[in-house]
Amino acid sequence: MSLTHLSISFSSSSSAFLSSNSINSRTLKVAVPAKKNGICKCIATPPAETAAYKTKVSRNANMAKLQAGYLFPEIARRRAAHILKYPDAQVISLGIGDTTEPIPEVITSAMAQRSHSLSTLEGYSGYGAEQGEKKLRAAIASTFYADMGIEESDIFVSDGAKCDISRLQLLFGSNVTMAVQDPSYPAYVDSSVIMGQTGQFQKDIEKYGNIEYMRCSPENGFFPDLSTIQKTDIIFFCSPNNPTGSAATREQLTQLVRFAKENGSIIVYDSAYAMYISDDRPRSIFEIPGAKEVAIETTSFSKYAGFTGVRLGWTVVPKELLFSDGFPVAKDFNRIVCTCFNGASNIAQAGGLACLSPEGLKAMHEVVSFYKDNTKLIVDTFNSLGFKVYGGEHAPYVWVHFPGRSSWDVFAEILEKTHIVTTPGSGFGPGGEGFIRVSAFGHRGNVLEACKRFKLLYK
Amino acid sequence: MYYHQIQLSPCISVRPSLMLKPRMVQTSGEVVKTERRRVDHCTRVPRNVNLEKLRNGYLFPEIGMRENEHLQKYPYAKLISLGIGDTTEPIPDIITSNMVEQAQALSTVKGYKGYGAEQGNKSLRKAIADVIYRGLKVKDTEIFVSDGAQCDISRLQLLLGSNVTMAVQDPSFPAYIDSGVIIGQAGELQEETGKYWNIEYMKCGPQNNFFPDLSTTARTDIIFFCSPNNPTGYAASRKQLEQLVEFARKNGSIIIYDSAYAAYISDDSPRSIFEIPGAREVAIEVSSFSKFAGFTGVRLGWTVVPEELCFANGFPVIKDFNRIVCTCFNGASNIAQAGGLACLSPEGSMAVRGVIDYYKENARIILDTFASLGLKAYGGKNAPYVWVHFPGSSSWDVFDEILEKTHISTVPGRGFGPGGEEYIRVSAFGHRESILEASMRLKNLFR
Repeated sequence: MSLTHLSISFSSSSSAFLSSNSINSRTLKVAVPAKKNGICKCIATPPAETAAYKTKVSRNANMAKLQAGYLFPEIARRRAAHILKYPDAQVISLGIGDTTEPIPEVITSAMAQRSHSLSTLEGYSGYGAEQGEKKLRAAIASTFYADMGIEESDIFVSDGAKCDISRLQLLFGSNVTMAVQDPSYPAYVDSSVIMGQTGQFQKDIEKYGNIEYMRCSPENGFFPDLSTIQKTDIIFFCSPNNPTGSAATREQLTQLVRFAKENGSIIVYDSAYAMYISDDRPRSIFEIPGAKEVAIETTSFSKYAGFTGVRLGWTVVPKELLFSDGFPVAKDFNRIVCTCFNGASNIAQAGGLACLSPEGLKAMHEVVSFYKDNTKLIVDTFNSLGFKVYGGEHAPYVWVHFPGRSSWDVFAEILEKTHIVTTPGSGFGPGGEGFIRVSAFGHRGNVLEACKRFKLLYK
Repeated sequence: MYYHQIQLSPCISVRPSLMLKPRMVQTSGEVVKTERRRVDHCTRVPRNVNLEKLRNGYLFPEIGMRENEHLQKYPYAKLISLGIGDTTEPIPDIITSNMVEQAQALSTVKGYKGYGAEQGNKSLRKAIADVIYRGLKVKDTEIFVSDGAQCDISRLQLLLGSNVTMAVQDPSFPAYIDSGVIIGQAGELQEETGKYWNIEYMKCGPQNNFFPDLSTTARTDIIFFCSPNNPTGYAASRKQLEQLVEFARKNGSIIIYDSAYAAYISDDSPRSIFEIPGAREVAIEVSSFSKFAGFTGVRLGWTVVPEELCFANGFPVIKDFNRIVCTCFNGASNIAQAGGLACLSPEGSMAVRGVIDYYKENARIILDTFASLGLKAYGGKNAPYVWVHFPGSSSWDVFDEILEKTHISTVPGRGFGPGGEEYIRVSAFGHRESILEASMRLKNLFR
């Protein structure tokens, strides 16, 4: 990978952030690995003002380790640039996994009601418990963890899994080692870098030092060969997986739990897509005996209830989970939650409670079903074109193989030629190279149109 | 939240970890279940040493637990909470109706919104720039909307990392120190002084007009400064803030300025650090809708990071903060943001002002009460907190006495740092009747 010196304009998911006039400060020449033959946008910034004041505060060395912006704002930036280039194009976004379908009324009316009640004497509430409203915690426990020995008090309601991941990193600190699937959701690696758990990025292998990358590929059925994995303190495991769509079997998770137990590790299990599972494979790590002593589970309402903008999720830290000195992990997590957080929005929590009513659950299943039907259309399309297609059965993501090709190149080609945004596999780690992630969130009409365009391109 | 006292085997048994000063109590307000539970497995993951450094739970849940214990002891007592600074008055309808509308819109095809920009909705960022920072040249692109100041403080700590030194006012809002300890900026807690090694404590008391003597303050990378102050209620003057900015500039420090109570200012004290020339190159400002609009449960705030603010190597702080926000956060709730926008409309601003004035009147009543009792009470004019001096006392003892004898909860000053010893913080949030009733009870106790 050649280095291209770019004057960086930071990225964000709103294109307005991109404009170089928004920064009138110094130019910083920072070496950024150019995507292989990809489109690199060099943005000219004004020359450095001489004698501009600088503080004497050192930049956090961990932040300097990060190679580029977070993946999804980069995708958004590319999308925005493409729209500028082709203002009349009907861009279809199958990139960022952003939900598109309206939230069922049974849920939004609960949020409307809670909002309204905040302007009444009887209904007004101030600070809520940082761990979440009791009723919601109880509903989560009984809906998802009945018969697993997980109680209300083990559940910490949050503003989403992404935020919880960073709070878990704060909990663990910089002196722990971590393992991730490769490819994986970028927040695990990035938050680990920020926390100081990793070494430098090694450009030749595209990996950060001190992280154990657990390759997940078609060859190993997207489950790592644990016999070749080094022991680490923390193991991040996402199932159903983002981006590969693969969902681990009971047998595989039993292996994983045993592996963690033998090594004294803690699994951070991300089950944000569990509701997309099509058969009877586990929806929670706590279905596996012994998991409570080795695992934390984090998940979200985002992809079930379309709460991507409403912001609600939860993390389960079992009482049985202990640090090496016997101290309960939940106690420290509670301290983090009380100090670094102040609870999820009470309105979002009211929505969450409605999600877990019988009517709400039914409505959520319908939305999930809708997205699963989208997924099938996309899977069928790529299958019909002769591609090797993975995922799509237990998750709203389709993982398409483009052997021998750079995923950013394929991403760029698809975007340029069909105006469809996807996500290049290498954005999820070196194990994602050669793959494209197509997300199945979208209005049916858009998904059908996208399938048409794929067929035209790859006919 | 309660904990089982777990008898562990074969792991080492848990040492008493929940220590409340001055008592060692291992309870919460809820029922303590002591049970023998056989636990076969300890992981081999070491506990984060930084969390070990924290001796007690976070301050405000501790107060909550004491209240619960008290209620169990006196189930018929009418407890008046002037402890945790929790807003009590309903949010004006003009604001909640906007949130109702946004919630309902989410179930329509046209109105549905998924992920928002992590930095916040453009319209809200613009409104904050135009309304809160009118005339101050703060750009919407410098504003990061959040789910509250407490959360932002920790994200700022993540940004800064463990290799920076910090200064705090003493006393101060506990999240600054606690988050600094968690991220690894602090050394051990010194029992004798009650201070963490490696943190510079800037004493603020009546003797120095609640503004630190900067000539005796060591240089640190970061200076946390809250004005109007929680807990003392003191709002720094323009002249004082100019000194602070000058001090930061001279030392190459970054001020993290917490202006969460700016709306309570009654005089012409600055409402934003950016009213001070030169602040843009040395300061970040954190603020919140919590005490401004009763959003304590709704969760909304913002942080301003000026473009000019640079690390020693010239790298813009805003770039790294943006990266943090995009990686460790996913935006404030879209419904909360709709409420925030309504707060900043002309009608919304007026309505919000009405509630703030209500709390300020509460503060005046409390201030008068203590004054009439011959006690030295500070604050209460530019903030919803009254800072009462009980010379020679242990603040936890005074807290206990007030709770026991009048069923009023307050916050012992010691909870905000060693500089808070001998003081009690009385918060002015509450229904008027409760405030008046509390006033009566306090008069009876201390007469």
